Amino acid sequence: MSLDFAPTHAPAVNDFSVKLANVNGTGSASANSLLMQAIFRMGVPVSGKNLFPSNIQGLPTWYEIRVNALGHTARSLDYDLMVAMNSATYREDIADVVQGGYVLYDSSWPLDPDLAREDVTFLGVPLATMCIENFVAPRERILMKNIAYAGSLVALLGIDADIVSQLLAETFSRNEHLRESNQKALQLGYDYAIANFSCPLPFSVAPMDATSESILIDGNTAAALGCLYAGATVTGWYPITPATAVMDNFQRLCQKYRRVAVVDENGETTYENNFLIVQAEDEIAAIGIVLGASWSGARSFTSTSGPGISLMNELLGLAYYTEIPAVVIDVQRTGPSTGMPTRTQQADILLCAYASHGDTKHILVFPANPAECFEMAVTCFDLAERFQTPVFMLSDLDIGMNDWVVPKLTWDDNFTPDRGRVLSDVDLAGMKEFFRYAHEDAEHVSARTLPGSDEKGAYFIRGSGHDQFGRYTEKPEEYQQVVDRLKLKHAASAAHVPAPLVESREDARVGLLTLGSCDLAVREARDLLVAAGVACDFMRVRGFPFVEDVRAFVEGHDHCFVIEQNRDGQLRTLIAAETGAPREAMTSILAYGGFPLSARTVVDAVTEHLEG
Amino acid sequence: MPSITKPLIPLAPLAKNELGLTIRDYEGAMSTLCAGCGHDSVTAAITHAFWELSTPPHMIAKLSGIGCSSKTPTYFVRGAHGFNSAHGRMATIATGAYAANRELTYLGISGDGDSLSIGLGHMAHAIRRNVKMVYVIENNGVYGLTKGQLSASADIGSRPKKGEANVIAPIDPIMLGLSLGATFLARSFSGDKEQLIPILKAAVAHNGLALIDVISPCVTFNDHEGSTKSYRFMREHEVKEVVADFVPLRREIHASIPADGTRVVPMHDGSIVRFRSVPEDYDPRDRSRVEEYIREHQARGEVVTGLLYVDESGQTPHQMGHTPATGLNKVAFSDLCPGSAALEALQEDFR
Repeated sequence: MSLDFAPTHAPAVNDFSVKLANVNGTGSASANSLLMQAIFRMGVPVSGKNLFPSNIQGLPTWYEIRVNALGHTARSLDYDLMVAMNSATYREDIADVVQGGYVLYDSSWPLDPDLAREDVTFLGVPLATMCIENFVAPRERILMKNIAYAGSLVALLGIDADIVSQLLAETFSRNEHLRESNQKALQLGYDYAIANFSCPLPFSVAPMDATSESILIDGNTAAALGCLYAGATVTGWYPITPATAVMDNFQRLCQKYRRVAVVDENGETTYENNFLIVQAEDEIAAIGIVLGASWSGARSFTSTSGPGISLMNELLGLAYYTEIPAVVIDVQRTGPSTGMPTRTQQADILLCAYASHGDTKHILVFPANPAECFEMAVTCFDLAERFQTPVFMLSDLDIGMNDWVVPKLTWDDNFTPDRGRVLSDVDLAGMKEFFRYAHEDAEHVSARTLPGSDEKGAYFIRGSGHDQFGRYTEKPEEYQQVVDRLKLKHAASAAHVPAPLVESREDARVGLLTLGSCDLAVREARDLLVAAGVACDFMRVRGFPFVEDVRAFVEGHDHCFVIEQNRDGQLRTLIAAETGAPREAMTSILAYGGFPLSARTVVDAVTEHLEG
Repeated sequence: MPSITKPLIPLAPLAKNELGLTIRDYEGAMSTLCAGCGHDSVTAAITHAFWELSTPPHMIAKLSGIGCSSKTPTYFVRGAHGFNSAHGRMATIATGAYAANRELTYLGISGDGDSLSIGLGHMAHAIRRNVKMVYVIENNGVYGLTKGQLSASADIGSRPKKGEANVIAPIDPIMLGLSLGATFLARSFSGDKEQLIPILKAAVAHNGLALIDVISPCVTFNDHEGSTKSYRFMREHEVKEVVADFVPLRREIHASIPADGTRVVPMHDGSIVRFRSVPEDYDPRDRSRVEEYIREHQARGEVVTGLLYVDESGQTPHQMGHTPATGLNKVAFSDLCPGSAALEALQEDFR
């Protein structure tokens, strides 16, 4: 097969990428997100990806802004403008710019002639000199350089300066001095660019109306919001990058929305908290707390990353076998071991699917963006309680820690949580006897009781072998009856996990199958391939166990590519193992270096395969 | 763990507690531990304590880890809600359960392997948090189910049935508890129900984590000459100078309260612990004196038992977290979910 495919990169209005190279801990992050937020407020689809080191201060860090009117805001690899603020990485950063692109650098010091490139335009702004001349405090002289280059970019990229000023006013609403300093620095950079360069550049931002119904939010905040709305009250957690912000945000939200004023016996107004967050001694304790709380009928969750899941394995098996609900939010990072804590990956798929020793299978959901983190967090609690089992939401660092433009979150006030089969004392009174694992329903779920319910409903949870009545057993047939039911129960949950998203076109012989944060890059790749004459169908799985459609999709295409962010093709393995779709019918496209996926990686791999 | 239903043989009319329940109503399944196991005596003491306290069985949550001791919750209060969890993890499950529903009485049963080795960290942090629960360590110095390995509580010089004497310093849960800020510390001997029952009752009334280290001899693997956790050793070396009675809230209090009040400790729920006898200059609320006293006796090879330390001023996680008086698991969904209007409003921050 030969392809009529020669993608050419041509930046234009509302279609370009900027990469900012900074030193970690110098205050660049706020300047960078300021620019991104301003573009968002101009109504233009945009993304900001923070590629940061596992370090507090001193190591190189990058921020990438991609502007794209069509909403193709996956990571781009074509940088039209480099803001080179880290002399330690000048060489690689300057080499990273596309032909015909631009490099903005601090011209307070001359650039090593060695670094010169004929095919790019260098824009020198004397940022350090400017800030030394205009600010007195040493800290300000350093911090304001960031806002000063932001000012230059506002001019060069045609960003609405009033919006930027407004954002500064909002950020520093309680500190007029800081607002003034920032505004002054912004103006310095802006004025210099206007006076010395031809502004705007050939690529720039023009106002649109594509984001007025959207918000700018990171996945960890959105997941915390989902847990708040789902009615979670008890959490156990242990700090870990990149998941910490889930619980930080949950705590912040609870303090705002779960704090109830009450009048005590002395007539004094005090408050009550409808939540209890326990910072645990480790992840083992964190999941133990979740199990204890869920056993007791509270909605409870933990947030963690791969290393935490490794530690939780033991108790996850206990929860699976004793049928206790649990919600685990796994914000995946690069493994194995400590790996790269501040880099993204989707490499916990198999770990979570089969967590713990013995025969275990868990329910997984795969959000692709913060909006889905919100919705699916709610789904997780319903699934966990309906099926009385652990449920994992596999987010990742890219979704969790970067700001994404997503449609406004909505909530249906008629929503009633699915609390699953729980017997009340009234139910118990009408029963002859209660047995924990007997009388399964059509989905193989048995009714449970909560501690504190009538004596008739008292039973003894045991992680040791038990029969359908909950009694200890070592008899093969009694043991097997229970674990066989657990397998059927897991399979029955397929109808309730979020369904795959499918986009088909006539006569497509190529299928692109993916999950999670690969979404935008794969959709963009699909559009590029279609434009090049390769008709592609698209499927994004959003939950495990898989529905039959997944196998049908694999088998229904001459070429099915499975695109994911890990080394071993874990999604492909899971599909092959669990649906019976032949492994060889799927070709892996893998990106696992720790940075978010870009469409180019997908297009190149598909093209190479089809042409080869 | 096989559970054998205990035959309910009708005997002469049994005494009834305030709920009209007999001691039989607080029993569980037949024990499958070795005949003479100290743990069965602890089970009997727990059965009595809850019966005497008239605690409604369904309001008790009994939790355990893994090991001989952790089997025992099946042997008492069959009407209680039980959770036999994973090795060493009982404290974490209890913490979560308590967080979700503060209205139950939580009783954790653990052993020296469970609590002093694999679950030491969890126990330490449950103590630090002052989770309101009774935490019993049935301490026999050995791993019984795996046939007699020495545990972390084995004393230096203590000999396993086979092999060399122990040379590694033991972990003493009471001394550890003192250093962690524990609010209730007691040591007892499984062979002394008279002492253990009032301690258990005071522990239930305590506002926080009540740790009870019960020396509970293993008749199969650690009851021989050379063991410091044997019946004989305990009978010869136990020092019972600290004697406390538990006086429940409902009973008229006849105890004369000394001027300094040191010998009567009012519990959070209004009941009191009355120290019938303590050594001169011993104050069960003075952390450093208690530590010194235990050390002095340890140096002489003696084991001090009794309710050794009480501090009712500690805060539980629910007090620290300002949660409602009823369980968080009872808060209505409508009070937990902020609703669509709030969602609409809060998203202004994300523009």
